[in-house]
Amino acid sequence: MDSAALEPSLYTVKAIFILDNDGNRLLAKYYDTGLYPSMKEQRSFEKNVFNKTHKADNEIAFLEGMTIVYKSSIDIFFYVVGSAQENELMLMAVLNCLFDSLSQILRKNVERRCLLDNMDGVFLVVDEIIDGGVILESDPQQVVEKVNYRADENPLSEQSVAQHITEKLALTTTVLQSAKEQIKWSILK
Amino acid sequence: MIKKFDKKDEESGSGSNPFQHLEKSAVLQEARIFNETPINPRRCLHILTKIIYLLNQGEHFGTTEATEAFFAMTRLFQSNDQTLRRMCYLTIKEMANISEDVIIVTSSLTKDMTGKEDVYRGPAIRALCRITDTTMLQAIERYMKQAIVDKVPSVSSSALVSSLHMVKMSYDVVKRWVNEAQEAASSDNIMVQYHALGLLYHLRKNDRLAVTKMLNKFTKSGLKSPFAYCMLIRIASKLLEETEGGHDSPLFDFIESCLRNKHEMVVYEAASAIVHMPNCTARELAPAVSVLQLFCSSPKAALRYAAVRTLNKVAMKHPSAVTACNLDLENLITDSNRSIATLAITTLLKTGSESSVDRLMKQISSFVSEISDEFKVVVVQAISALCQKYPRKHSVMMNFLSNMLRDDGGFEYKRAIVDCIISIIEENPESKETGLAHLCEFIEDCEHTVLATKILHLLGKEGPRTPSPSKYIRFIFNRVVLESEAVRAAAVSALAKFGAQNDDLLPSVLVLMQRCMMDSDDEVRDRATFYMNVLQQKQKALNAAYIFNGLSVSVPGLEKSLHQYTLEPSEKPFDMKTVPLATAVITEQKTEIAPVATSKLPEKLAPSRQDIYQEQLAAIPEFQGLGPLFKSSEPVQLTEAETEYVVRCIKHTFSNHMVFQFDCTNTLNDQLLQKVVVQMEPSEAYEVARYVPAPSLPYSQPGSCYSLVRLPDDDPTAVSCTFSCTMKYLVRDCDPNTGEPDDDGYDDEYVVRISPCGDPSETALPIGRHVASSSLAFSLPAGGPGGDRRRPHTEGPEAQLRSSLGGGGRRVREGGDVRAVIGPDAGGGREQHRQFPGDAAVRAFRQSPGEQELPRPLPRRRVPRGPRRAAAGAAGAGGRGHHAGDRAEQRGDGGGRHPGLRGLKSPAADLGSARPGFHFFFFFLLFLSVSTQQRSHTSDVIKL
Repeated sequence: MDSAALEPSLYTVKAIFILDNDGNRLLAKYYDTGLYPSMKEQRSFEKNVFNKTHKADNEIAFLEGMTIVYKSSIDIFFYVVGSAQENELMLMAVLNCLFDSLSQILRKNVERRCLLDNMDGVFLVVDEIIDGGVILESDPQQVVEKVNYRADENPLSEQSVAQHITEKLALTTTVLQSAKEQIKWSILK
Repeated sequence: MIKKFDKKDEESGSGSNPFQHLEKSAVLQEARIFNETPINPRRCLHILTKIIYLLNQGEHFGTTEATEAFFAMTRLFQSNDQTLRRMCYLTIKEMANISEDVIIVTSSLTKDMTGKEDVYRGPAIRALCRITDTTMLQAIERYMKQAIVDKVPSVSSSALVSSLHMVKMSYDVVKRWVNEAQEAASSDNIMVQYHALGLLYHLRKNDRLAVTKMLNKFTKSGLKSPFAYCMLIRIASKLLEETEGGHDSPLFDFIESCLRNKHEMVVYEAASAIVHMPNCTARELAPAVSVLQLFCSSPKAALRYAAVRTLNKVAMKHPSAVTACNLDLENLITDSNRSIATLAITTLLKTGSESSVDRLMKQISSFVSEISDEFKVVVVQAISALCQKYPRKHSVMMNFLSNMLRDDGGFEYKRAIVDCIISIIEENPESKETGLAHLCEFIEDCEHTVLATKILHLLGKEGPRTPSPSKYIRFIFNRVVLESEAVRAAAVSALAKFGAQNDDLLPSVLVLMQRCMMDSDDEVRDRATFYMNVLQQKQKALNAAYIFNGLSVSVPGLEKSLHQYTLEPSEKPFDMKTVPLATAVITEQKTEIAPVATSKLPEKLAPSRQDIYQEQLAAIPEFQGLGPLFKSSEPVQLTEAETEYVVRCIKHTFSNHMVFQFDCTNTLNDQLLQKVVVQMEPSEAYEVARYVPAPSLPYSQPGSCYSLVRLPDDDPTAVSCTFSCTMKYLVRDCDPNTGEPDDDGYDDEYVVRISPCGDPSETALPIGRHVASSSLAFSLPAGGPGGDRRRPHTEGPEAQLRSSLGGGGRRVREGGDVRAVIGPDAGGGREQHRQFPGDAAVRAFRQSPGEQELPRPLPRRRVPRGPRRAAAGAAGAGGRGHHAGDRAEQRGDGGGRHPGLRGLKSPAADLGSARPGFHFFFFFLLFLSVSTQQRSHTSDVIKL
């Protein structure tokens, strides 16, 4: 029964995965080899989780005997899975760290396309946050420093520049200023 | 290159995946550019990313191709591009299990981990440890030790976590790094602290003392990392649980102090730890509950979820403690996260009053279709608990449950509902008819065989006794027409029960049976034929034996016997009588409702106590070949609870032997007992064949030693025997704190006396016959001798007598030899039921002069209906046989209590026996019981 207390252990995270808005896997790491050992089981688990979570942004769910915390951004979903007894806030810390680090690395463009273009950086970020199920780092600033990865020098195609601008325009004028600077900078490059 | 790649992709449609149409072979082809000089970091980086992406998608790489790519990749170490190097580490980790000869990168990685570039060092350590095995580990040990105490946090953390991974593989090597880990634990970096603590605990977790010391140190010094605090709380609560430390221990204080930590994570961990502690009083729970109450109004969904889930758990044991939070929980009912809302409602259902039930049920039914199966199960369990609490609400519940039953849902969910309905039916006769009607409707469209058979069985049991049994026949026979074999067979059995109990339905049932006899499945046909024949006899006794009472043997026992039979081929047919009867199964308490994680309910049938013993005894090589275990007695305490050594005895009877199992517990924390043997000196023709000592008996860890006694087969009159028992052992004094024993020990002994004895008395069968028949039961065919006087009411045409050796005891404390002979338990009396009566232990206890009499309340026990006059009378006689000041205590699971003994308690027993130097003599009775077994004359159709 699940009321049995947790064996004290550093192995906190059972799995971590990023799905796109069709529920396809962009990245997945399973740290507990006993949990869904085959690819087929992993996929069906992801499918199940996706179906239950993509409609409502509820932050936390309990599925197949596992606590799952999640977060979505534009067209991607981030999931962190832990055991039923796991401290939900620890899982949440991992999720937030993952999201914030990626957001910094991708320069706030946390969307599928940008993520795929910088897949190497994403792999490195995940590697810095969790090692074999153990939380290695929970501070996004530290993660970004360690990974020391910059999104491509000039990845801003016209489309994404426009997107960039509209996003920034929506914010306050000070942010607008900085956005203009950024664009200027990117054009100068 | 990347840009080109992107452009091409954008043309083909926006938002498409640049990795979408990757071909493994094409990527491996591309990997050849790794060999070009000079290295183009960007292209290589992109190809490595593709390889890792493919691996991540579950693409299978063959060993050869993986090895080839791996070797090509090793060349990339020549480049100094940072990201490329990091991706190489990732590739090494991903390929560690696929490729061959990954250890060739060891030297490159070792160079990186000791090099100047801090960015490389941490990841290089992790990659290196991933490819290192035990033998290689020795070579890098020096570097690892240095890395653990490195001043760069990322290096230290990486080394600590990698060491933790390697503990599983090479514990002995990693254990040598304890000092370094200790040093790292005092680091300023919060993650290093956390990882060091984790590693230290894993290395020391088997050494309770070291863990205690570590806890003391860290709880005093204070840590910075909230993660480390969570870890400390878990370690502390585990230690508390193991040592059964009271709640006044400093560990508990530490956990409680964490409730005031500034990190929510730590506060929640502490609250959850307190809630999960066994035997927590409401007062101790209060601070934990109040912080959880605060969390309930947090804007973070995860925190609200965590809080309400924990409160839900508290509500199971201490509903009153949660009542204070009712208002906050009410607010959560409408939470947008349905998991939170469900948990809030189920918690309120537990804590709220009867009047609020209707409102809550209405609320929950509005969104029950939106929540996941796991939470639906939680709802069902809450309802089930509610029905026990407020039986009058059963109609509301039943309606709700039947609606839920109609909804879609998985097996676990449906099973929970069916179980809940069944438990309502069992507890509340008024709801029986509605409940059965809902279940009937459910099996009309039920895809789960297990549930259908279960419900059919229930219908067969309950249906015939309802006012209008005929209406169930239609539902049952529909199953015979429409369902799979297993369900059809179950339906036939259910039909037979209707035929057997309702005479007016019998003709119709016979007609239906006739049809079932033409079924395509063997099992269904066999059952129909069998029941048909039995029903046609129209004999109540036959019906009772073959239709109402199924298999009475224990299923695991049967499995074992059949397995044994197939191992030793013999001419003789398999004899059902050698299989032990099913005893009361150890079932879980119904009140302990599974909390949230119900996805993995125990599927296995809990084996009975006897099956567990059989399993244990079979594992001891000395007891091979004793044959099947016939009967195990209830454990009998040979000592009072507070003596220095607590001994209890369980007698296992085999056909020609008895095994005495002594469960000993050492309650002295400054002693370690070794080679513990209970030496038995028999008075009569019995002989002790063998002793199996308990090798070591540390403080408070129970151990078992065994004595094997041959039953005399040449002398049938030797049915009673007194054994004088002495517990012999080697004492080694040890430090109560460390548990370290001294080198030298000395032999010591502790006297007990035990006697399986019996006395023929008028009301009971002579013991001799019991013993004789006990062994006869294995060899004689049905209808053997000895079954003359004690047949139960339900006896069939032929009766088989079974007898059992029970255990009972009586102890008398006096300086000399006082023996009381007590009549056997009348367990085999006229009202003998199917199961063996428990053994009655009668203990008479004589107080030595000068000791105070302390009244002690009588333990409340259920007195079985069967008259146990023989036992009680004899016990009374025994008690009266001593001085007026005698204290007699009688304990009996199966035996009754003689009124004359009431009030004669053993107050000073605990005090007296705690003193060394007193000799206790334990007298045990051999209680015999008889049970009859019916055997068939229509043996050709018996189904196992």
